[in-house]
Amino acid sequence: MAQRKLTAHDRIESVGKATVGFVEAMGNGGALIGESVFWLLFGVRERQPVRLSAVVQQMMEIGVNAIPIIFMLTGTIGVTLAIQGIHTLRIFGAETQVTVGIAFSMVREFAPLITGILVAGRSGSALAARIGTMKINQEIDALKVMGINPTRFLVVPALLAMLVMVPALTLFGMFVGLTAAGFYVNADIGISLAGYAADTIDILSVDDLGHGMGKSCIFAVLIAVIGVVNGAGVQGGAEGVGKATTRSVVQAISAIIVTDMLFAFVATR
Amino acid sequence: MRNPAEIIEQRKLRQRPKSGPSNVIEVEDLVTHYGDRMILKGISMEVRENEIMVIMGGSGSGKSTLLRHLMALEHKTSGTMRILGKDIDTVSRKDFLDIRKKLGVAFQGGALFSSMTVGENIMLPLYEHTKLDQKTMEIMARLKLQVVELAGFEDLMPSELSGGMIKRAAFARAIVMDPKVLFCDEPSAGLDPVVASALDDLILDMRDAMGMSIVVVTHELDSAYKIADRITILDRGEILMIGTVDEVLASKSERVQALLNRTPEDDTLDPDEYLSHLVGETSPGTARL
Repeated sequence: MAQRKLTAHDRIESVGKATVGFVEAMGNGGALIGESVFWLLFGVRERQPVRLSAVVQQMMEIGVNAIPIIFMLTGTIGVTLAIQGIHTLRIFGAETQVTVGIAFSMVREFAPLITGILVAGRSGSALAARIGTMKINQEIDALKVMGINPTRFLVVPALLAMLVMVPALTLFGMFVGLTAAGFYVNADIGISLAGYAADTIDILSVDDLGHGMGKSCIFAVLIAVIGVVNGAGVQGGAEGVGKATTRSVVQAISAIIVTDMLFAFVATR
Repeated sequence: MRNPAEIIEQRKLRQRPKSGPSNVIEVEDLVTHYGDRMILKGISMEVRENEIMVIMGGSGSGKSTLLRHLMALEHKTSGTMRILGKDIDTVSRKDFLDIRKKLGVAFQGGALFSSMTVGENIMLPLYEHTKLDQKTMEIMARLKLQVVELAGFEDLMPSELSGGMIKRAAFARAIVMDPKVLFCDEPSAGLDPVVASALDDLILDMRDAMGMSIVVVTHELDSAYKIADRITILDRGEILMIGTVDEVLASKSERVQALLNRTPEDDTLDPDEYLSHLVGETSPGTARL
């Protein structure tokens, strides 16, 4: 069948629909954060407290199980930074200054970014898939009929676990990346590990650490909210869950990168 | 399909003593829309204490939507609804939670939480709403599993159960808080006749032994004749009739008889109208498939 040619009206309509969809998703995300804060603060009064066991379980899934992959990737990034840094600075005969570049890049930029992207791919997608599957299987409805608020039961533990574990993983990633880079620097240009560590501590301030950790907290909220909003919006069956999962990863990674740029712009100027 | 008279005769043998006519659910002039489409067009009905109310109707008649409203899962356009004597529009959050605790639901697919064992699924409402210790909750879960004849299955995951067992486990979870009202969505759908009949017996037992009011949505006629105290027949978002099995069977309404005899409706479909419906240019109600 021949495809109908899109008219200007069709294009304007599709732009309008996309805009409405975006505003709706933002509104849902904001409402979700508000509702989560409500249950966190008043859950006990409402006789529906947030269960610590659920938070711990989510922390295990989001954080502890991600340690090996974070270790591997931040270590690799640290070594790559060292290789590129030495290569670039050698042009000016200043390769001994490589520690400055590695320390700032790793702590302010790469550790939070890589950790955020990894958690979005691993746990944000899993959250979207879990909530989407629960929705199409009527498990969310079952929770509501049982008098269990789904936001309190499903979202708040995931959000809290993200808020604790993404910064914790970021801190871990910073340490691993800096250490791996230190080993390479030691092997390539002969700066001792103790000297490298002393330089790194000298260069970095609490401000730099706060920059990286602050970003990671924002990334944690973005990953959780985007995962839940996409999961809750699932329509149809397994195909709908697949689409929502993919969408949540793409949106979360895009949001992380854009936020990273905005954060850097605001915090460094 | 079995002879309705035979089913009714068997049913009379286990007819329960009639209790007072107090209502656990009252719906008045309920109207609801999905977008521009009116799904329920002024439904008024009540579910009495200790009765089994079966809601029947063809596909798209609005029976699942009505069930979701009865469970207070949907927002209505207009009308009033009282559950256990409380108007759900004006009830406080605390009272609404108390109402929720007195409702149980067994969804068509069971809706068991796939990450929990059968036992954990059944204990979940107890864990969330009571201060019972773990041991007591385990005992209660085992007791409810015995009621649905699934004793010993508490450590299995839902994925390890058959379709009939999942429905039974869902019943066990639905009744663990001893609800006043139990909702069942298509309990016999997709089950072989023997398992379906056993589930019907289970529903009757719950009414008789536990004094529950039970709302069942089904389009299985045998099942409806066997368990219903009263039947509500829906068609295109409206109630065609509410009555006992005898009254429904004796109905002179052509639409009721068409549904009971599974006679396809004689709607002549205009191809242009159908195409317009497909591209969304008319309201869906104007061109029925």
